[in-house]
Amino acid sequence: MQPIPRRAPGRLSPRAALALGLALVLLAFVWGSTQGAYAITTGQLWQVLMQAVGAVPAPENAPEYLVFVNIRLPRLFMGVAAGAGLGLAGALMQGLFRNPLADPGLIGVSSGAALAAALTIVLGMYWLPDLPRTLGSWPLVTMAFSGGLIVTALIYGLAQADGGTRMGLMLLAGVAVNALALAGLGYLNFISTDEQLRNIQMWLLGSLGGARWSAVALVGGVVAVACSLGLALARPLNAIALGEAQAALLGVPVERTKRLAVLVTALAVGAVTAATGIIGFIGLVAPHWVRLVAGPDHRVVLPCSALLGATLVLVADVVARTIVKPAELPLGVLTAFIGVPLFLAMLRQFRGKV
Amino acid sequence: MLRETALIHRRQVLLGAAALPAVFTVGQAHAAGAARIVSLGGALTEVVYLLGAQAQLVGTDTTSLFPEAALKTAKVGYMRQLSAEGLLSLKPDAVVGTTEAGPPVVLDQVRSAGVRVELVKADHTWDEVQRKVATVGRVAGREREAAALQADLDAQWAAVQKSVAAAARRPRAIFILSHSGSPMVAGTGTAADALIRFAGGTNAITQFAGYRPLTAEAMASAAPEVLLNSTQGIEALGGEAAFWQRPELALTPAFRRKALVTMEASQLLGFGPRLPGTVREIQARLQAITA
Repeated sequence: MQPIPRRAPGRLSPRAALALGLALVLLAFVWGSTQGAYAITTGQLWQVLMQAVGAVPAPENAPEYLVFVNIRLPRLFMGVAAGAGLGLAGALMQGLFRNPLADPGLIGVSSGAALAAALTIVLGMYWLPDLPRTLGSWPLVTMAFSGGLIVTALIYGLAQADGGTRMGLMLLAGVAVNALALAGLGYLNFISTDEQLRNIQMWLLGSLGGARWSAVALVGGVVAVACSLGLALARPLNAIALGEAQAALLGVPVERTKRLAVLVTALAVGAVTAATGIIGFIGLVAPHWVRLVAGPDHRVVLPCSALLGATLVLVADVVARTIVKPAELPLGVLTAFIGVPLFLAMLRQFRGKV
Repeated sequence: MLRETALIHRRQVLLGAAALPAVFTVGQAHAAGAARIVSLGGALTEVVYLLGAQAQLVGTDTTSLFPEAALKTAKVGYMRQLSAEGLLSLKPDAVVGTTEAGPPVVLDQVRSAGVRVELVKADHTWDEVQRKVATVGRVAGREREAAALQADLDAQWAAVQKSVAAAARRPRAIFILSHSGSPMVAGTGTAADALIRFAGGTNAITQFAGYRPLTAEAMASAAPEVLLNSTQGIEALGGEAAFWQRPELALTPAFRRKALVTMEASQLLGFGPRLPGTVREIQARLQAITA
C-alpha cells in the first residue's frame, strides 16, 4: 500500500525542490532590495544595512536610510508574506477540492474582503467619519479581514450536510455567494462618488504600497501561523487525493482536514488581501507550477507553492514600483502579466506530463 | 467691454511682474522657500508657474497638464495613487497637493522621511483657489508674488461675479462627464455643479450628489437648456455631430438649438487661477446660446 504517488522521471526530488524554492525567494529578495525608484547604490545599501543592524550608528535623517528602512524593506517583507500566504492557500484549495481550477477565491474570502472594503470606502463616512478609509488604513484592513472570514464562514456553513462538509456543495455555494458579493460590489460602485470609485478600483487591483512595519508584523504573523497549520495537512491531503472514502479508510481525519484547510486559507488570504487588496493569479498558478516541476506530493507542493508565490510577488512588485517610476503600476495587473507568459512556457515544456 | 479690456490689461501687467523675479532667480530658491517642490494637482502647478517658481518644481502629477512646460516635468502618477519611494526619488523638500491626494499611508511615509507635505482643502469654492495661491507662495518662498496674484485674481473674480449677477436668466444646464452607456452627469457637490452656479446657470440635476449615469427619460424630464462637456469627452465620442446623435439628447430643449458648451477639461474643472476666465467664458456662452 503506497498512498503517496512516486516521483516521475525528470522531476526534482523534494529536497532539491525546497532548496530551489528557498534560493529563488532569497534571490528575489536581494534583487528587490537593490531596485527602486529612489537611487541607492550598492555601497550606500551596505552602509544602510550596517546601520540597520546597529554595527554603525544610524544617522539622523539620512534619506537613503529612511527610504530603505521605512519604505522598501517593509514592502519586501510584505511581498514575501503576501506571496507565501496566497501560494499556500492555493495549494490547499486545489488539494482539498481535488480540482486544478480551485483557487482561494472559491471559498469567498477575496470577494467577502472586497465587499467589506468597498462598504467601508463608500459608507464608512457615516460610521467612521474621522478615520481614513484608503488602502492600508486600519479601518479598511479590519473590515476587509472580517468580511473575508464572515463570507467564508457562510459558504462553509452552506456546505454542511449529514454531519459533514460536502465539497460539491461548497463549490456551488461558493460560486453563488461570490456572485452575490460581486453584485453588492457593483451596487456600491454605482452609489460611490468619483473619489470612492477610484479607491475601490485601486483596492481591487492590489498594491504593496501601504506596507508599514506594523502591517507587516500583523500579516506576517497571521501568515506564519497559517503556514505552520497548513504544512501539517500535507499527509492528510495526499490521502484525500485518492478520494475521501479511501482517505477515511486509511484513518485520515477527513472532516478535521477540511475544516483546518478552509480556516487556514481564510486566515492567510484574508490577512493578505485586507492589507494589500486583491492580488490575483498567484494562488491559482503557483501550485500548478510546483506540481509540474516536482510532482504532486503535498509535502513538496505546500511549502514550495508558498516559496514560489513569495518569489512571484517579489518580482512582480519590483516591476510595479520601477517600470513607470516615479509613479507605480497596480500589482494585480503585473502578477498576471509576468506570471502567465512564464507559466505558459512551462506548460509547453512539460505538456506531456500535465 | 471697457471693463474687460482694463481687466485683461491689468492681468498682463501683473503676470509680467510675477514673471520678472523668475528671470533673476532661476536655479536658486527664495529665502525661506523649498528648493525642490513636487506639485500634486493641475491648479497648484499652474500657480507654481504664475509665481515664477518653476525652477523649484521637480515633479508633478498626471493632472498637471497646463502650462505645456508642466508636461515635461517628472510625473509621479495620478495624485490619488502615489508611490512613496517614487515621490522621494525626486528628493523634494516640499510636496504641495489638495486633500484629494493620497493614499494617506504614502503621504505619511513621505512626511516621516522629513519632507514637508502641504495639502489644500478641495471644496469647490473661490476660497479654494486663493488658498492654493497662498500655499504655493508660502512653500516656494514667494509670499509677495502670491499676495499680488491673489489681489489680481480677487479683482477678476469680483468683476466676473458682478456681470453674472447682472444677467437676467439662469439657464438650466447639465454637465456630462462621459458617455459610457448612459451619460454620466454631474449632481450636487461636484466641481461642475459649482462651476454652473458660478457662471450664472442652474444645475438641472439636483436629485443626487456626485457623478451618476442618467437614464434617457430622466434626461428628458430634467429639460436642460444647455449641455456642458469637456472637449476630451466630445473627442472620445467622435465629434459634435456624433454627440447630438445620442438618443437621450433628442428630447431636451438644448437639442433644438444644439446648445453645447465645451472646454478643455483641466481648464473647466481645475479650480485654479484660470477660474475667473473660465467662468467668464462659460457665462458668456451660456447667455448667448440660450438668448
